[in-house]
Amino acid sequence: MSTLDTTPSTPVTPRWQTLLIRPETMTFLLLVVGIFAGSQLSPFFLDINYILKSFTLYSELAIVALILTMVIIAGEIDLSPAANMALSACLFAWAQASGIPMPVAIGIGLAAGLLMGLLNAWMVISLQLPSIIVTIGTLTLYRGLAQVIAGDKSIRVPEWFIGVDKIMILGIPLPVVLFIVLALVLAVILGGTIFGRQIYQIGTNETAARYAGIRSARIKFSLFLLIGFVASVAGIMTASRLGSVRYDLALGGELQMVLMAMLGGTYIFGGRGTILGTFLAAWLLVVVSTGMIVANVLPAVQLVVLGGLLIVAIIATNLIYSRTQR
Amino acid sequence: MAADPLKIVYIGKNTGNPYFDSITGGFEDACKSLGCEFEFVAPATAEATSQIPFIEAQIQRGVNVIGIAPNSPDALNQVLADAKAKGILVLTVNGDITGNEQYRDATILPVNFDIVGRDQVEMVGSLIGYEGEIAILSATTEAPDQNKWIVGMNETLKSDPKYAKMSLVATVYGDDQPEKSTTEMEALLSNFPNLKGVIAPTTVGIAAAAQVVQSRGIADKVAVTGLGLPSEMRDFVKDGTVKAFQLWSPYNEGWLAVHFAKGVIEGTIKNEVGSTFEVPNLGTITINANNSINTQAELTTFNAENIDQFDF
Repeated sequence: MSTLDTTPSTPVTPRWQTLLIRPETMTFLLLVVGIFAGSQLSPFFLDINYILKSFTLYSELAIVALILTMVIIAGEIDLSPAANMALSACLFAWAQASGIPMPVAIGIGLAAGLLMGLLNAWMVISLQLPSIIVTIGTLTLYRGLAQVIAGDKSIRVPEWFIGVDKIMILGIPLPVVLFIVLALVLAVILGGTIFGRQIYQIGTNETAARYAGIRSARIKFSLFLLIGFVASVAGIMTASRLGSVRYDLALGGELQMVLMAMLGGTYIFGGRGTILGTFLAAWLLVVVSTGMIVANVLPAVQLVVLGGLLIVAIIATNLIYSRTQR
Repeated sequence: MAADPLKIVYIGKNTGNPYFDSITGGFEDACKSLGCEFEFVAPATAEATSQIPFIEAQIQRGVNVIGIAPNSPDALNQVLADAKAKGILVLTVNGDITGNEQYRDATILPVNFDIVGRDQVEMVGSLIGYEGEIAILSATTEAPDQNKWIVGMNETLKSDPKYAKMSLVATVYGDDQPEKSTTEMEALLSNFPNLKGVIAPTTVGIAAAAQVVQSRGIADKVAVTGLGLPSEMRDFVKDGTVKAFQLWSPYNEGWLAVHFAKGVIEGTIKNEVGSTFEVPNLGTITINANNSINTQAELTTFNAENIDQFDF
């Protein structure tokens, strides 16, 4: 019992019980129920290729949601990544359409994503403004700039660049592989490194973390840069999947990302949450949505089910966290 | 051989849009009479990519025909290509993917949109005695269909001597919102006291314009016409606020789509430019350039005599 013991140890609780009351367990159970319900709703649902293919439609948002999970655990929020995706993709598409070589155009898109992350980071960390307000502002700003660049038209990408979702690795579409690999890497970083522990500590009590010598400003700054960069990667992937770019690419995607993090048990006030939770929640969202779509369930019912899921998840997360806090 | 019945699905722009109920009605009735299975699905919002999972799901369900009112001229290209590669007949119905025609097999549109502007000018002209000031109350400044029609109206007014005594004094945009359309209509009336006619080539605009004219009781001074839904305009026509307006029959689009799809799949109709086929109640239909098919040659005009025959 010395310096490294950061997890509150409760020796009386048996291991199965601590496992059972983790929020990811709830996400996992919901996922199992979702798969079962989907297979009951339609005979066309239980087809691994179809589910993987459907996941590619959500994969870009899911990839960003993994980083967003870390941002939320650090006690901040970023609502601008979906707009960032659109602006990065528009800049990239506009650049390559005006004759700039493809690698440079991709570089422009990625640099733009990094810059957008930098702007958020500067306002949140250097100017000490609340991240929710800052990123609602930049959400509108980035989307607006995307519309200025692309207008109401769409910009095409060359034929050879189309189809990142058609590239298969061991029978799995590339965007899904990227999502899985990134989840593994981030899970190790967040769960197994000092850097990861520091993110949790900043989110739990930033003042205390700072007194403990954690450079919270620098860590949060790097998280905002990271999410900006990853959002631009996701934007360019979306451009490749759709074959064209418009200013309304990933419109409303920020809500899907937050939904994935929340469904996975990430605590909106920071300090708690896991990559595994968001990983499972992304699959849950895909399974529930496609399960209902392939069964031709009315969209109104679909919205009710998704809303209900989120409320269940939030109530359960709060209950679990308030229990374990005692 | 009694094969499996043809499975046809129609994917609308979004749910809760009464216009699509009528198209769907045509699909349903035709499927009943020809023995096909029919389903209507639509996303909750009409956003560019929201139809993609629905198309994927229909591919997975193994349908034979996908009819779709596309929400985007190109965001659906890749998934429609997948559907075609699976041997599914892809028809755009009531809207096309202009510029990307290779991703669908044919398009079914109500009328040739090139003549809508001309017909609308003739309509308002006949109502005001071909003389006086007229204005246009449109949807949004970017609405592609409306803009095409407005160009047609301007050209007709300029080139045809029949309309020489009519002058277009303003084109305003109500953004397809009832409140904004009402405000724009009120502004037209106060800015142009001699205004004699208003063309509103959008269902929201014409209803708002008629409402303003009705509440001011000036139907004898200002003629409102345009494109409207009979169900929304019935009362205005019955009390004389609106003498006549136009539209097409969305019902016939669904009706034609099913007959065409069944014919193409069974090999009785050749999906080639210039070929013709017969559709019950619609007569002989020709496949025009770009595999584009129109359900009617001219706009249908609705007035007090015939409006009760239409229920969409």
